[in-house]
Amino acid sequence: MEIKTAAEELKKSGVDEEIVELIKEEFISVALATEIEEQLEMQVGQPYVDDIILMFGREVESEELNLGRIGREVNKIKVPVKIKNELRQKLRVVKTKLSKEKLDAILAAVEQKYEEAQVEPREAVGIVAAQSIGEPGTQMTMRTFHYAGVGAIYITLGLPRIIEIVDARKKLSTPTMKVKLVSEFASERNKAEKIAMEIEETHIRDIAKVKAAIEDMSVWIVLNAKELKRRYIMSEEVEQTIQDIGTALLVEVVGGGKLRIHVKDKSYHDLLRLEAKVSTTLVKGIGGIKRALVRRDPSGEYVLYTEGSALKKVLKVDGVDSGRTTTNNINEISDVLGIEAARNAIIEEMAGTLDEQGLDVDPRHITLIADTMTMDGEVKQIGRHGIAGEKASVLSRAAFEVTVDNLLEAAIHGETDALKGVTENVIVGQPIKLGTGAIELRARK
Amino acid sequence: MKKETLSILEHELVPEHVLMDESEVKELLDKYKIRRVQLPKIKVSDPAINGMGAEVGDVVEITRQSRTAGKALSFRLVIG
Repeated sequence: MEIKTAAEELKKSGVDEEIVELIKEEFISVALATEIEEQLEMQVGQPYVDDIILMFGREVESEELNLGRIGREVNKIKVPVKIKNELRQKLRVVKTKLSKEKLDAILAAVEQKYEEAQVEPREAVGIVAAQSIGEPGTQMTMRTFHYAGVGAIYITLGLPRIIEIVDARKKLSTPTMKVKLVSEFASERNKAEKIAMEIEETHIRDIAKVKAAIEDMSVWIVLNAKELKRRYIMSEEVEQTIQDIGTALLVEVVGGGKLRIHVKDKSYHDLLRLEAKVSTTLVKGIGGIKRALVRRDPSGEYVLYTEGSALKKVLKVDGVDSGRTTTNNINEISDVLGIEAARNAIIEEMAGTLDEQGLDVDPRHITLIADTMTMDGEVKQIGRHGIAGEKASVLSRAAFEVTVDNLLEAAIHGETDALKGVTENVIVGQPIKLGTGAIELRARK
Repeated sequence: MKKETLSILEHELVPEHVLMDESEVKELLDKYKIRRVQLPKIKVSDPAINGMGAEVGDVVEITRQSRTAGKALSFRLVIG
């Protein structure tokens, strides 16, 4: 039922105007909701309270909503908050009033189903996760696709991207950022464009012609006024930048957008070197951001997509929403935002990649991988130099990759294998201590 | 144009980190029957616990937004 109609009905049944107004508020805090509940109980009596609260309960901002009979009963059972919320919402839809017996039966059934669905102790969850991602992996594309939109930025997707994530690569094949802007800049294209210019690398060669002239032993820089205007750069800034390259440089402003750097008593080789150095000098922008494109999101806000990534520096730019701007480089996120943010980023990136390929993998498997990779406080790859390479068992490591190296290393250090894991017990032909194999039975005397 | 300060704690990827006191840690370890070192780790230099005064050996409680459970508690041991 709509809040409005619910409010009308409340008025009819003789509830205070004040309370009705409170109920119509968009968000109600838990404290206020409890107060409203008490007031309603006094004014219209218990039978009404549940129904009334159910009408607006959806609007209460707390997850652990503790209202009405149903709300209270649901709160008692041992299931996660998300399930409780869903349950409350579903029970609210039930038109007929639930008797206590029926409600209890429903809740008991939910609790039981939840317990049954939980994984058993000693279950090999890692193997299940590996298979659950491995199988869809066989259906993934091997190619790099480009992003939606014409002339947009290329991004590694599909299987290569998944491999990149689990390998925790420091250098990505296509680093990219999604730069969200604060509302003032996100609503207008030209304002967003201005920030794009603020972060996109601009070298001198992008805004001017740089030429080394042998006849007068100097480097000539001819500024392109149009480009300067487009990138919001003043010609004084360029002059200053060039002067900053080296204090020994003699920079002369010729006029008409021309600059001349005199190179005295130097060889032709030095002249060419200076030419190369001047043309690649950064005038504006953040090093590493090769391109920044303005795109309009489905939600209507303007967002920047970049080629290249420099999270820390971009977050500091005025106008950039430093709470929602992200990069696809997980190591960078770990460095700038911490290990928990890196864990979230792994989950987001993997789920996003799988989802883009139309594959449905349970988030629990992805979460397990992210948890394992971030266990030790830093992002570790799943592979030879990470999780698999740090296993305690010699045999397990030898079975994974570079067998001889591992055995030799272990022999030199005189390692022992406690035969506790799965692989080593398979190798020696013993039952593995997993699932039902982990349980020992003893006859009662 | 640069911002003066940057608070990474407001980033949507960063969950809430809270330093636990000793009695809470003991309760936690007793509940799961584990030793301190069996907890997942977080570096003392981690940006998310910067300025919290956490020292090596402390335990941090993390309130994650979970895709499956809605909200989930997690714990990390501070390491050097």
